[in-house]
Order: sequence, then structure tokens, then C-alpha cells
Amino acid sequence: MTGKKELAVAALRNGTVIDHIPSSALFKAVRILGIENLDTSVTIGYNLESGKLGRKGIIKVADVEFDEATLNRIALIAPTAVVNIIRDFNVVEKRQVALPDTIVGIVKCANPKCITNNEPMLTRFVVVGHDPVAIRCHYCNHTVAGKDAEVL
Amino acid sequence: MNKYSLVSIADLNKDELLALLERARYFEEHPNQKILDGKVVATLFFEPSTRTRLSFETAVNRLGGRVIGFYDASTTSSSKGETLHDTIKMVSNYVDLIVMRHYLEGAARWASEVTDIPVVNAGDGANQHPSQTMLDLYSIYKTQGRLNDLTITMVGDLKYGRTVHSLLMAMSYFNPTFNFVACKELQMPEEYLKFCDEHGIKYTITTDFSPEIINASDIIYMTRVQRERFTDIMEYERVKNLYTLRNDMLANSRDNLRILHPLPRVNEIAYDVDDNPKAYYFDQARNGLYARQAIICRALGIDPLNNKPSNAQ
Repeated sequence: MTGKKELAVAALRNGTVIDHIPSSALFKAVRILGIENLDTSVTIGYNLESGKLGRKGIIKVADVEFDEATLNRIALIAPTAVVNIIRDFNVVEKRQVALPDTIVGIVKCANPKCITNNEPMLTRFVVVGHDPVAIRCHYCNHTVAGKDAEVL
Repeated sequence: MNKYSLVSIADLNKDELLALLERARYFEEHPNQKILDGKVVATLFFEPSTRTRLSFETAVNRLGGRVIGFYDASTTSSSKGETLHDTIKMVSNYVDLIVMRHYLEGAARWASEVTDIPVVNAGDGANQHPSQTMLDLYSIYKTQGRLNDLTITMVGDLKYGRTVHSLLMAMSYFNPTFNFVACKELQMPEEYLKFCDEHGIKYTITTDFSPEIINASDIIYMTRVQRERFTDIMEYERVKNLYTLRNDMLANSRDNLRILHPLPRVNEIAYDVDDNPKAYYFDQARNGLYARQAIICRALGIDPLNNKPSNAQ
């Protein structure tokens, strides 16, 4: 219900609302979505009160519907995030982000001796744990918790 | 990407491991033959490793193949800033197989993805060294006559030692019992204990290299405790001698016990153990030749037991 109230406040006609992002992951999520390269209006809420999370973040993007693969990248750092697709003021789709099996090109390997930190190449991680999220570098096998993942 | 590349021991299933061991045994009986006639193998050693390089190059030479390569990256284009990607692409034009050693972790996986030529990993930083694992497996198989149901005691640096990690994973098919003997700072990492739990592998963890453990072991796998792993030098001095194997400690050990060590050793095996028939580490190194002959032939799609190319691409 709270989600609906906030949607009404933003009065988004068309676009995407990503809700229930832990505050600590909000700005990483902003970076993963490439928000700074958009030219449509974007509202970012930080440290909003949340029954579920205590403090949460929310991102509202007008006139953009991200493809599923892009949205699912957020699952790495914010597995609780919920995506709402808005068309003509109505929520036409509401779903939880889903973690993909492999994560390509968005996380930096924490191992300085990893080849991916020394060659011009895409990083590649395999998801090895879901709760809590853990990912392993496809190249050097270094494992890191999803919440600690450094987004490129 | 070539399906015969060998980057990690985890790339091999149980049948492939057993097939390699069978071929290693064949090569021990017939080390010299011309089955690589006309083949050129590159040994690219971006980091020096004399022992491993000589072993691979001997393996190729004894099978009638030819070797090109380098063992000092400072004399190559990588010192001019060439990427690994480009070096591998270039060398791929010349050879049938690339054997590579690199100081960066994941380098061999990356190399295997940028070329259709098979790549064999001869060590990538602290990550993987599958030919070492194959020679360890072959040494165990040869000395025990089997791989199943053995008690294997790993001693020393279990935290950073990649050889023990890879051996643990390779042995997981054969119902082993492990004893992990190390000081707290260097114990087996949690992820490998979890791996054992998931695969129903029995293990004990102890700081005490006790007679009970030694006398119940079929294999004792010693590793070197490296001074640079310790922030506290006093702690290193205290610990290093706790995990030294001396000959008198073997007095009541099993007849079939063999002592393995990936070498080089420093002080973790006393010299008085060398004359004990249970000391196997020097023979173990020789087995590396046969294991690598088997790995090279697999990578080239050549089966020595049929002596004709299998359906390689």
C-alpha cells in the first residue's frame, strides 16, 4: 500500500519505479542503470522510511522502460528491489528483481592480481549463492558477497 | 575456445581424470615415441618456473614434437605493453598447442577464450595448476594401487596452498577421508570445507600433527609454510617447526604410507626422511613428466592408446 501512495505523489504517467532498494545500495543501483546518461526526468528518494527495510531508496524514471536484463543486474546489490512498470498512471507490471546466473561487465573483481584488472576485457561473475548473494569471478575464482561488489 | 583446453582441474570429470591417469601410466612404460611428429607446442612463461617448463618441454620432446616459446616475459612484446589477448592471438597463428604460465590469476582462462588453439594452464598466480594436480593424483594412484577410500593428511599451509585445494577437489570423486593439519592462521578455507560437506567427504581439522593422525594416514601431503604469509614474525617462528616431519615420527606409520610434497621444500621435511622408503616426493616430481605427456596428448586430441587422432576439431 505504501508503494501505491508514493507512486501517486510522483504522478508518473509512464515509466519505471524501482522501490524497496536498501539505502546503502541506492547509488550503486543508480550507476548500474546508467541514470546519469538519461535525459528524461528522474526522481531519486534516499533514506525514506520503510516498514520492511527501515530506510529505503526509490528510483522513479519517467518515459523509460528498462529491459529485464538491465533491471535484474540490480538484484546483485538489492535483491529486495521491486520493479513497477507504469503506463498511463497505472501499474501494469510489478515484480521482484531476479538475479541472473552470470553477471557480465558490471562488477569489478576485488582481486588486484586478477587478469580482468590488468587487461582491457569484460569481467564475468558466476552467482554462487542467493541468500546472501555471493558471486565468484569466472577468471580468478575470487568470491565476494553481493553487497560488497564494486560496481564498475 | 577449444574444448580440449585444460585450465582448471575442475574442467575434468571423473572419467576424464581416470582416462588421463591410464594414459600417464602408459607413458611411464613408453615415454619415448613419435606421436607428436609435426606438432609445434608453444611454452609461454610470463613468469619463470624452471621445473614446470622443463617438465612440459621434456614431455613434448620425448613425444617427437617441437617447442617454441619464452621464459622471460621481459624480452617479449608484453614488456612493450602488448595485451595477453594480442600475444595469444599472434602465437595461435604458429602453433598447435599453447602451454602457459602467468603471474596473473585467470590469465589462462582468458587466453583459452581468445583462441581456438587448445591452452594448457601451467599455473596462473595463486589460482590453478592442473598438471600439478594430475601428477599428484597419479602419484597417489601409483603408490596405493587405487584412489578410492584413502585417508589423506594435508599439512602446513592449507590456506594459500593451491595444490592442496586442487587435490581436494580432484579427490572428491573417490570417497577420501581428509585430515587438515595446520595452525589456525593457515587452516583450510571455509569454501573448501563447505565443498567437502556438500560432497559428503569426511574430514577432521586439527592444529596437532599427532602420531594418531600420522599412523592412520595412507598419504601425507606436506606443504611449505611461507614466512611472507605471516604479519607476526614471532608467530611464524613458533609455527614453522610444529609442522616439520621427521623420520622418527614415521616409526609406527602404515606400510603403504607415502609422503608427498609439491617441492621445493625448505624445512618442513627433515633430511633424515629422504632415505625412508615412504618418502616419495622426488619420484612424485618424475611422475609430472608422464602426467604432462598425457595432458598434452589430450589437448591435441591424440589418444596414445589408439595412436591416431580422436575426433578433435
